[in-house]
Amino acid sequence: MQHIVDRRLAGKNKSIGNRERFLRRYKDQIREAVKRAIDGRGIRDMQRGEDIHIPKKDLSEPVFGHGSGGVRETVHPGNKDYVRGDRIERPKGGQGSGSGKGQAGDSGEGEDDFVFALSKEEFMQVFFEDLALPHLVRTQLAEVPEYKSHRAGFSNDGTPSNLNVVRSMRGALGRRIALGMGPRRELHELEAQLLECQQALEPGDKVAEATIAELSERITALRARVERIPFLDPIDLRFRNRVRTPVPTSKAVMFCLMDVSGSMDEGRKELSKRFFILLYLFLTRHYEKIDLVFIRHHTQAQEVDEQNFFHARETGGTVVSSALVLMEEIIKARYDPSQWNIYGAQASDGDNWHHDSGRCRELLSEKLLPLVRYFAYVQVAEEEQNLWEEYSHLQAAHRHFAMRKATEASQIYPVFRDLFKKEGAKAA
Amino acid sequence: MKLKPLALEQPLPLAQRPSEHLPGPSDWSFELVERYHRIIKATADRFGLDTYPNQLEIITAEQMMDAYSSVGMPVNYRHWSYGKEFISTEKNYKRGHMGLAYEIVINSNPCISYLMEENTMAMQALVIAHAAYGHNSFFKGNYLFRMWTDAASIIDYLVYAKNYVAACEEKHGLDAVENFIDSCHALSNHGVDRYRRPSRKSLAQELAERIDREAYAQRQVNDLWRTLPRRAEKEGAAPEAKRFPDEPQENLLYFIEKNAPLLEPWQREIVRIVRKVAQYFYPQRQTQVMNEGWATFWHHKLLNTMYDDGFLTDGVMIEWLKSHTNVIYQPPVGHPAYSGINPYALGFAMYTDIVRICEKPDAEDRDWFPDIAGKPWLPVLDHAMRNFKDESFIGQYLSPKLMRDLRLFAIHDDEKQNELEVSAIHDDSGYRRVRESLSRQYDLGSREPNIQVWNVNLRGDRSLTLRHFQHNDRPLHDSGQEVMKHVARLWGFGVHLESTNAKGDVTKRFSVPAPTN
Repeated sequence: MQHIVDRRLAGKNKSIGNRERFLRRYKDQIREAVKRAIDGRGIRDMQRGEDIHIPKKDLSEPVFGHGSGGVRETVHPGNKDYVRGDRIERPKGGQGSGSGKGQAGDSGEGEDDFVFALSKEEFMQVFFEDLALPHLVRTQLAEVPEYKSHRAGFSNDGTPSNLNVVRSMRGALGRRIALGMGPRRELHELEAQLLECQQALEPGDKVAEATIAELSERITALRARVERIPFLDPIDLRFRNRVRTPVPTSKAVMFCLMDVSGSMDEGRKELSKRFFILLYLFLTRHYEKIDLVFIRHHTQAQEVDEQNFFHARETGGTVVSSALVLMEEIIKARYDPSQWNIYGAQASDGDNWHHDSGRCRELLSEKLLPLVRYFAYVQVAEEEQNLWEEYSHLQAAHRHFAMRKATEASQIYPVFRDLFKKEGAKAA
Repeated sequence: MKLKPLALEQPLPLAQRPSEHLPGPSDWSFELVERYHRIIKATADRFGLDTYPNQLEIITAEQMMDAYSSVGMPVNYRHWSYGKEFISTEKNYKRGHMGLAYEIVINSNPCISYLMEENTMAMQALVIAHAAYGHNSFFKGNYLFRMWTDAASIIDYLVYAKNYVAACEEKHGLDAVENFIDSCHALSNHGVDRYRRPSRKSLAQELAERIDREAYAQRQVNDLWRTLPRRAEKEGAAPEAKRFPDEPQENLLYFIEKNAPLLEPWQREIVRIVRKVAQYFYPQRQTQVMNEGWATFWHHKLLNTMYDDGFLTDGVMIEWLKSHTNVIYQPPVGHPAYSGINPYALGFAMYTDIVRICEKPDAEDRDWFPDIAGKPWLPVLDHAMRNFKDESFIGQYLSPKLMRDLRLFAIHDDEKQNELEVSAIHDDSGYRRVRESLSRQYDLGSREPNIQVWNVNLRGDRSLTLRHFQHNDRPLHDSGQEVMKHVARLWGFGVHLESTNAKGDVTKRFSVPAPTN
């Protein structure tokens, strides 16, 4: 019995489970490293892996072994000029060059850290750990990709309902012509001969009569053969072919609302930006297609591109409701809530024209919150003004509304985790 | 047990010379592997190599790394340490720091050899000859493997182990199981029976007996909990006189499995699994030189014979010889690449030397090896492969000529002296000493510290005392303290380790208090 088995396609990545266990064991170190990486990196630079360093001693698996000292005798090859009784200075570093411990030295990396690369996916996994979309109900067919069926030519088999009559008949006609051509031609020739013979027939000519009889017989046989060609044969049938292609259905749109009035300085904008990008990254993990809408406002709101959103500077007062109104208009015009998962993220320093805050609350609770999956508000300033107060009422009433304060970059990440922490999980 | 086939006196003659060479393209194909394999098998049969049936499996580099990191086995239970191994292997491989081994072979029946997809045809031929005929016949023939491992059931057992550990993880949580396995691994080298032969069991028996064993084992440990005196012992007997265990035990894991008071049944079973796997690898650790040397000798012999018979092209020969030469390279001491004796080099040289002694003995050989000099080499080699381990093999067969060729010399390292001393070299007065030292160097007993279960304090705090018997006054490594923590976790009460020197005086103690949960 002898076998050659091709295992190349089977059981790849058998070590994934072990690798996961390794990552799990060193979760704390890895988390710490990821956190440091996020603080240190540029925001756009988020989606790549990271090298993780773990001190070797934390990883060691201790076993009983001999320490240095005592008496030992070792044998080495390649003697050049030693003779018995020679004395050699003890080599530095305490190890008698490869003595005794044959097994220990195979990693050959010394006392360095154990360094390994966390892949982009794993990096993001750690980053987004315990997070999940709030009330995660995808509008259409959450996890299962939706298929769209469309035509793709013709095929030789299919269900009767997909039969294409014209194609099938055309095929049948062609087959009949092709198959019948030879016999038919012969038939015509024989008929012509028969006619000739009959015209030239003189009574009593036995030979001619025999010829005629033979010709008629052949003609009958040929006719029968032509008639036996079926009118429609199974090989003529053509069916309309349809294939299914997956279409991305989980579409999300994220509205970024930001106050750009005079009180929002660069630092605060930077904070807001982090918040937006983190949310965006989070959404990219759950949706295939994400639209971004940037709305900035001071006393008036306007939709702008990303560049202008973060970098243009305006002055003047603040009317927050203008942005909310614009958001609602855009939803109505372009993002049908039955087709899109809508997310709102608003950043502001909490400054608002005081008569406007009540209106904001109204707009949100009556118009916007029913349309969106989630709405997050971050205030990038400490003092609580009337907007904060009004919004606080919303928080109690709507589960998919969240608000937090953040005043420095390192607070963004916890804020973010807090906002999207898994339902049922303890707050981090 | 069936009688072992008699070794051939002489290689059988070649049936028929081929009309043309086997093709030797750099890309292999299944059909070609099959053809080569048929010839290699026919050639091996001519030498009377007795093997398990072969199963050659083609795998990718990634799969090779998978196999690497789970100690070469195709299945194994999950554990983070294998993940660590995998990550570092993968890293080194990707950065080009190391090439992967060309092959891994598993001591199972049928014997599974992995061939890497990247290998050229010549390399596949080398691997088949090396693993599927060299190692395979060693696994089947060597007495240690015959005694300690059960090739037929190892894969089944590992499947069972994997499922059992997975079930435990589900039931008792990943952390509990993982920590427990950590502790078992720390002692796995001291979890082997060195003298008693384990029984052979099928997977079904293994499963059926587990249930009984759990119940039974749980009852057995109760000796430690006995509160009623066992009928009043004689008053005069000193309380210290009665020891438990009666005699020191060398298999720490076995002792723990059977006697640790607080372990749950599933924990005992895991101890048993780790112990069994360690036991399976025990012969491999003792036959490195012999095993690798044997496989190297045979791939060399088989492929050369095939060349002489007209099967192989020059190109194929040059290619495998290059890799063969790399494998048996022995850098001399002091060379930057030197890291001890290369088992491939030593083993290959020794088998080749035995053949030389048989075929062309000189006066010295007749003097040193009167019983094999001039005898037919096949039976002599077969006998050597079957009945020795590294230690005794070297002690028996290392010839003066080989010591001269390798220029072996012994260094005596006594910590009480300032300098090392060259105690013997390859000369008339040194041969025996060099051979003896080298042989002892491969004695597992001197490579690993000798630690035994010494005593359990039955009347007091139930603490466990281990005793380390120093070999030539060599102390225990400091990591012993860490290991003792693992021992404490397994034992459940305080543990002590006494390190004793040759005179029996305790020179060092390690103590770890009972773990608090």
